[in-house]
Amino acid sequence: MLALFPLLDRNAYHLDLATGVGIYVILAMGLNVVVGFAGLLNLGYAAFFAIGAYVYALLSLHAHTPFWIGLPISGVVAMGFGFVIGLPAIRVRGDYLAITTLGFGEIVRIAFNNLSAWTGGPNGLLGIERPKIWAPTWKGHFGFELISFGVSALPYFYLVLVLIAVIAFFLFRLMDSKFGRALVAIREDELAASCMGIPVVQIKLCAFGISSFIAGLAGCVFAAKQTIVTPDSFDFILSVLILAMVVLGGMGNIWGAALGAVVLGFLPEILREFAAYRMLIFGVLMILVMIFRPQGILGGQLIRRELTRPIKEGS
Amino acid sequence: MPLLEVRSISKRFGGVRALDGMSLSVDEGEIVGLIGPNGAGKTSFFNVITGILPADEGEIFFQGGQQSLRGLSSDKILKKGLARTFQNLRIFKNMTLLENIAVGMYSRTQSSLWSAFFRTRRFHVEEKKVFKRGMGLLDLMGLANQGNEIAANLSYGNQKRLEIARALATEPKLLLLDEPVAGMNPSEKEEISNLIRKIQKRGIAVLLIEHDMKVVMPLSNRVVVMDDGKKIAEGPPEEIRKNPRVIQAYLGEA
Repeated sequence: MLALFPLLDRNAYHLDLATGVGIYVILAMGLNVVVGFAGLLNLGYAAFFAIGAYVYALLSLHAHTPFWIGLPISGVVAMGFGFVIGLPAIRVRGDYLAITTLGFGEIVRIAFNNLSAWTGGPNGLLGIERPKIWAPTWKGHFGFELISFGVSALPYFYLVLVLIAVIAFFLFRLMDSKFGRALVAIREDELAASCMGIPVVQIKLCAFGISSFIAGLAGCVFAAKQTIVTPDSFDFILSVLILAMVVLGGMGNIWGAALGAVVLGFLPEILREFAAYRMLIFGVLMILVMIFRPQGILGGQLIRRELTRPIKEGS
Repeated sequence: MPLLEVRSISKRFGGVRALDGMSLSVDEGEIVGLIGPNGAGKTSFFNVITGILPADEGEIFFQGGQQSLRGLSSDKILKKGLARTFQNLRIFKNMTLLENIAVGMYSRTQSSLWSAFFRTRRFHVEEKKVFKRGMGLLDLMGLANQGNEIAANLSYGNQKRLEIARALATEPKLLLLDEPVAGMNPSEKEEISNLIRKIQKRGIAVLLIEHDMKVVMPLSNRVVVMDDGKKIAEGPPEEIRKNPRVIQAYLGEA
């Protein structure tokens, strides 16, 4: 159904906006793994997004790496940083973890800002290659041709849509497994989980890694779409915005996080006519949601296993 | 050779000696009652054995192993076959009963993160096994038709049963029960006592902290009495009842 959106609405600006929101959806689903499922507050999520974006930007500019190879590399490098940051950070809890990740987020942004020789400093990196695909063509005879994505957001929209579907598919599988249960158990009661044999540090680190990997993918797509990356695209406000999406949509719910991203992504545009009062209304709406539905829009749907009929058997 | 051998464990909290050279052993298939006045250090003792609190001194040996359990993390200790329940219930309230039990089986399953992502054959076989065994354990607890219920919706007594079931799911050799019948009525206490006997019959040794003498005494093969972080008496239940030091610890100086 969503795939039909570009056919119904031919406005290029709307399509561009929808693609941007799609990237938010990926980020929110990724952050949800850490915040929603494992209950770890990560305030530096934009840093992993930034790492993904810069990795592809650098690969593209220096090695002319095609997008499709850059995409997994961006994810893996972001995941590597996730492990490096996660290892010391996960040992501290609650507020302290939030502050540690907050610090990391700012360090990454400032590092990209100051490593001018590598990252172009505040000016960022320009001229990142767009993705190319082999598309069927008809020039008298049937053939394939390597076509680059253009300025139009249309191919990016579908790219993002496919990525969302694939990520959601794997996240659902992850959650409906012993790892998903272990994550939820850690969120519920870390001490009890540990005493029931859950290797808490290892599982948390896994969650951190998966979450960072997803952010890396989103960063790569973002870089390829904008063809320019600058440090100020990845500020603290972005981390907070994604966190707000997860909380608004419903922590621990995969579609909830996606819905939160859609709502918070489009809301500023819908409220555009209120001009100066836009952010004020935005804030008031957030407060109202938190008062009347503190668990988030789709929160509170507890994971229920489908067992058509209970197996009656002694052991 | 004892199943569990704890040698002179000490634990200080600032100036307070919670455990002061506490020793204890549990044999295979035995039920040992651990009693003592409030603040004697019974729960601290459990916490040290299960790796929640680091011990200051002493060693813990399990199944004749040469390596002390001291310093291992809680999940590694569990994997060796030592499971526990908590004095104030620590079930996963927002998970279903079956999921609670499935968490207990985490350490006994092999499938990796990849097999969860790609749904390998092994993953399916293992998941099926986990939930079948889970149903079996719920059946043992008399909770068979509530497997998909959210744990928070259970009565207090059933939550306590669920916690025991979750501990059994970890396939322990020794089960540490911290006040399993606290807050229950006499008939429920009787049921839990029978359940503990059933657990013993499965070849699982039980170390039991309990205040209710009507429960501990008939159940235990041996009773250990603690006071001030030390063992003050040990022996068969009939002997402990008459031991003057025990009476003194409970009732104070005459």
